[in-house]
Amino acid sequence: MSDIKPRDAAAVAAAYEAEAADVHGDVSVDELALSAELTGADASATASDDVAAYALRLGDDALILSQRLGWWISRAPELEEDMALGNIALDLLGHARSLLHYAGTASGRSEDDLAYWRDEHEFRCAWLFEQPNGDFAHTIARGLIAATWMQELYTALSQSTDATLAAIAAKAVKEVAYHRDHAVQWTLRLAGGTDESRRRMLVALADLWPYTDELFRDDALHDRLEGVAPRPSSLRAGFDEVWDAVLAEAGIVESDFVHPRIGQSSGGGRHGNHSTHLGPMLAEMQVLARRHPGATW
Amino acid sequence: METESTMTLTAPDASARIDAEQEAELQARFDALIEADQRIEPRDWMPDAYRKTLIRQISQHAHSEIIGMQPEGNWISRAPSLKRKAILMAKVQDEAGHGLYLYSAAQTLGISRDEMTEQLITSRARYSSIFNYPTPTWADMGAIGWLVDGAAICNQVPLCRASYGPYGRAMVRICKEESFHQRQGFEILLELSQGTPEQHAMAQESVDRWYWPALMMFGPPDDESPNSAQSMAWKIKRFSNDELRQRFVGMLVPQAEVLGLTLPDPNLRWNEERQAWDMSEIDWTEFNEVLAGRGPANAQRIQHRRDAHEEGAWVREAAAAYAEKQAARERVAA
Repeated sequence: MSDIKPRDAAAVAAAYEAEAADVHGDVSVDELALSAELTGADASATASDDVAAYALRLGDDALILSQRLGWWISRAPELEEDMALGNIALDLLGHARSLLHYAGTASGRSEDDLAYWRDEHEFRCAWLFEQPNGDFAHTIARGLIAATWMQELYTALSQSTDATLAAIAAKAVKEVAYHRDHAVQWTLRLAGGTDESRRRMLVALADLWPYTDELFRDDALHDRLEGVAPRPSSLRAGFDEVWDAVLAEAGIVESDFVHPRIGQSSGGGRHGNHSTHLGPMLAEMQVLARRHPGATW
Repeated sequence: METESTMTLTAPDASARIDAEQEAELQARFDALIEADQRIEPRDWMPDAYRKTLIRQISQHAHSEIIGMQPEGNWISRAPSLKRKAILMAKVQDEAGHGLYLYSAAQTLGISRDEMTEQLITSRARYSSIFNYPTPTWADMGAIGWLVDGAAICNQVPLCRASYGPYGRAMVRICKEESFHQRQGFEILLELSQGTPEQHAMAQESVDRWYWPALMMFGPPDDESPNSAQSMAWKIKRFSNDELRQRFVGMLVPQAEVLGLTLPDPNLRWNEERQAWDMSEIDWTEFNEVLAGRGPANAQRIQHRRDAHEEGAWVREAAAAYAEKQAARERVAA
């Protein structure tokens, strides 16, 4: 009990300082430094307006999906899934921070300015990512579409002529491969498990599939970013190949879940038109930050 | 910190049918191992009471990690910056990981995870009462890290030397992560304390709310702690409740100074003569109320856990059915 005498404040502060050098898992504790995180990228790189608009879309996709997945932590069907879904949410949040940081360089805004101080119509995520968690099957179906698309996207984007985007994509692609594997494994288990799980998996695919096409639509921004950003339509063949293989292994054919009267959603997220789900979600995400304008955390 | 066992156990096979002479020999060997500060491993003979005590303690600890995910999980969706969101998510996820290691350590003593889960969601097992308090403000993410994880570390660091091997080893890893969590909590409070007047007030209010419950985490005073003496003799527990509480307060005082926050005890001061901290009497009636299930959020914590477990049943059944079908297919192929 000799070590419980009062210690002086400066020594305590110094001890905390010294320990702060520790690193912890895959979370970067300090302000995101792109150069340290991503080899080969210039930390001080400033995005052009078009590159920023593009980075904002991808950053919003990752942020909103991460926000959705974070809900599962403490609510998953088993502890291993609390951890797995938490991991995926953390990876996506990491991607979002890199992309939003970079997007913000064009207008002098921080990742938090972009995440917390934009309104619904200023977000550029696609509808898929806004969709509710639903039951576990819905989360898996959404994750399967998302990760299969992201895998194609980041593979192509890692060849970008924009060094920062290429570096972000090269890091993300390794993590997204794990996300896709997680979704594929669960799709197989749910489709091939019990009658109940198969029924739920098909319902989930029916509900989420209409938000797929939006991910592959080209627009004028992609025309202006030739070489910087892959055309979304160019990712479709790779996506379909993986998608078809997964469904085949799961013993699912499209007519099992595609309803003839429900087509692909026209979406509109890339231009600020969102599903009804985004608004309430942002209200929750932003509430504390907005109550304290100018505060740091 | 809990004082009674609510678990029922069947005698483990290894010790079920041995005669008295053998048992005396085994007991002597066990005592010698404990005496020599050696580790007891899963395959070693151990007295039933030692096994029961460990199962109770380790599973309670695992449940505490799992229930402890809820008060902090509450703020993941509203964390005020992306950096804080990432840190908080990682922290709550670490708690799930701690729960998993600890359940595994308990399983080496002959209890299944399903059994432990069942005990938790039917309120037959205890978990740390501290998690029955709500987390109404963001500052609670700081106060939980600084005070609750801080108290947990004081309790847990000695457990790294606990005589049961799998428990001690799990605790080494857990303590490493807990000290990171405590530092994060400290950082949250420091940022708030030095922030706007509203943020400072938020931090102080939260520390006021968590300080006494954190001190209660060390359990009742030594003269009223029935299980402590045996646990200390078995070297499962290495310091008394009051010793640990003193040590914790000794850590907090200079840190509170750095934070610029006040600890809500006007009588707190170092007594040079006693070489100990003088402090106000702890209000144990509140502790006993919470322990008896009448804390603010006891019902909510169990409901949340039970809902997650029950709503996930179809998923676990699907995974089991799928694995069974795969195995059958492999048998046919072989």
